[in-house]
Amino acid sequence: MSVLVDKNTRLLVQGITGKSGAFHARGCRDYGTQVVAGVTPGRGGERFDDTIPVFDTVAEARKETGCNATMIFVPPPGAADGILEAADAGVELIVCITEGIPVMDMMRVKEALRDYPGTRLIGPNCPGIITPEQCKIGIMPGYIHKAGNIGVISRSGTLTYEAVWQLTSRGYGQSTCIGIGGDPINGTSHLDAARLLAEDEGTEAFILIGEIGGTAEEEAAGWLADHCRKPVAAFIAGATAPPGRRMGHAGAIVSGGQGTAEGKIKALEAAGIAVAKSPATMADTLIAKIKG
Amino acid sequence: MNIHEYQAKELFQKYGVATAPGKVAHTPEEAGNAAREIGGELVVKAQIHAGGRGKGTFKNGFKGGVHLVKTPEEAREVASQMLGQTLVTHQTGPEGRLVNQVLVAQGVNIAKEYYLAILMDRATGAPTVIASTEGGVEIEAVAEKTPEKILRVHVHPALGLQPYQARSVARQLGFGGTLNKQAAEVVFNLYKLFIACDCSMVEVNPLVLTPDDKVLALDAKFNFDDNALYRHKDIAAMRDVTEEDPREVEASKSNLNYIGLDGDIACLVNGAGLAMATMDIIKYHGGNPANFLDVGGGANEQQVTEAFKLLVSDKNVKAILVNIFGGIMQCDIIARGIIGAVKAVNLPVPLVVRLEGTNVAEGKRLIQESGLPVITANDLTDAAVKVVGAAATVA
Repeated sequence: MSVLVDKNTRLLVQGITGKSGAFHARGCRDYGTQVVAGVTPGRGGERFDDTIPVFDTVAEARKETGCNATMIFVPPPGAADGILEAADAGVELIVCITEGIPVMDMMRVKEALRDYPGTRLIGPNCPGIITPEQCKIGIMPGYIHKAGNIGVISRSGTLTYEAVWQLTSRGYGQSTCIGIGGDPINGTSHLDAARLLAEDEGTEAFILIGEIGGTAEEEAAGWLADHCRKPVAAFIAGATAPPGRRMGHAGAIVSGGQGTAEGKIKALEAAGIAVAKSPATMADTLIAKIKG
Repeated sequence: MNIHEYQAKELFQKYGVATAPGKVAHTPEEAGNAAREIGGELVVKAQIHAGGRGKGTFKNGFKGGVHLVKTPEEAREVASQMLGQTLVTHQTGPEGRLVNQVLVAQGVNIAKEYYLAILMDRATGAPTVIASTEGGVEIEAVAEKTPEKILRVHVHPALGLQPYQARSVARQLGFGGTLNKQAAEVVFNLYKLFIACDCSMVEVNPLVLTPDDKVLALDAKFNFDDNALYRHKDIAAMRDVTEEDPREVEASKSNLNYIGLDGDIACLVNGAGLAMATMDIIKYHGGNPANFLDVGGGANEQQVTEAFKLLVSDKNVKAILVNIFGGIMQCDIIARGIIGAVKAVNLPVPLVVRLEGTNVAEGKRLIQESGLPVITANDLTDAAVKVVGAAATVA
């Protein structure tokens, strides 16, 4: 079992003929994901790697191939438009990898997506989502994953890989790993993702990785305290970050005393979640919790 | 990105946010001319990004970065004492900041000060207007002691701030009658500016009422969304690199995400989350990070080399940790960058490298075959312990 993506997922890649889009479309296909279509405006009618049909619009791709998920590599100025195009075409799952989308654009996208209750957005500025050995949508290295029943949620890409690798090295496979992205406004929040994993029968326990800035981790902690009995471990990155500075991710900033690692760790611990003291012990902290 | 007070004033003027007339001057002559043009009682203010200017002292002995003057001659004289001089305030540190321009503005008598800000609220995914009658003090202190004195108005993300909301903010600040119209216009136009310039925050400090019943925004702190600067060439041009950490200026030339800290263990990491976590684990094992550096997902060999040069140029650095978990980033590219850099800079301190992810075998092979004095680490803890240990051996 898993959430959101599995072996039946039919993937579209928006921006498939670009450098990153092409590289990662191949990476997903080689992992075993059904990559059924690509979209690059002006390149309709071509075939990517002589096999995958390329369309000018998402609506056409949807109609011709029945794609139900999309991975977006469109550069920042056109990425918000790409998300809205996919939603309007009825694509159920939109995974936006693009980093650097203006916050105002995402504000409008988030509001517009209320009109598409059948569509879920993951990201932007995220590594994507993977159900190991079934479907990989994103830029994560596939080989570090292994099928199993531990979920992973994270705002950061490489820190997710770190957690996954720790799990796999200790013999714990993953149900689904969701990278929700590092931007201040995103489609799927920590709480949304935590709720999916908490309610998934195939997920026995999960790791929640957060970072400084905002209050998303605190909100997830509040919900989990009341609704989830599964073992949960967490790590918050940025305890040593200076206040007022944007730490790479647009969303990773402590301002006006809000969004500190300390405050998040306190909220998570109050919810009965085991918080790893070091990023090297994310998996061990969860395993200890599972063994109780 | 921060901007100067005179630039904030220019933005206010452009978007119709009422403010006291003022002009920037780069020479004493310009200051004199600006004073003549504006007329009346004036204030001459040194333009640096740091606060505490009024109580600061110039290295030439001249006291105060903010002066009241009555004539163009006086404005000229004060400006000549400030321009080209270094101003030291409690926020600049002992090295101070060079003053390249001054603002000459109309002097304003203040009857009452208010607080007004607009920011992008992450929790609601929309802008929020924040206002308070308690101006001129730290808003965080007001929020803590008297939260009822802070007014918050949620803005609809698609509709934007409505005129009635601006009037309501003005009214709740105590502005009635003709003052209500004036104050509402400040709020409304400030919102227009906020949206048009892709701000993530604009904080008017202070918003004032004058004894002759004018509502004016005197100064403001702006935060712009860096992701949106590509569509605001005019705002990007306001950047003043002389006000920034030279290490960060150098890094930004190579599109590297660098933030200087004051520790002695440099780190080079891919991904912001892992970069933060790497700083955390260095600290956890008793070391002190010298920087945050995210080389990003798509860095090339050249950028890695530049990143390395930057780390090595920091004289406080006693050891370097490279921590890469390749996703988009391929370990062999990082390895080539490291090898190229180490050969170019003649490594002065111990280097610990931990590679994992895409093309890891090739990356490890390249480093091993290079014959360079690199300490390899197998996992995150191993890497942190080794780099902290290595730094301790360097005097």
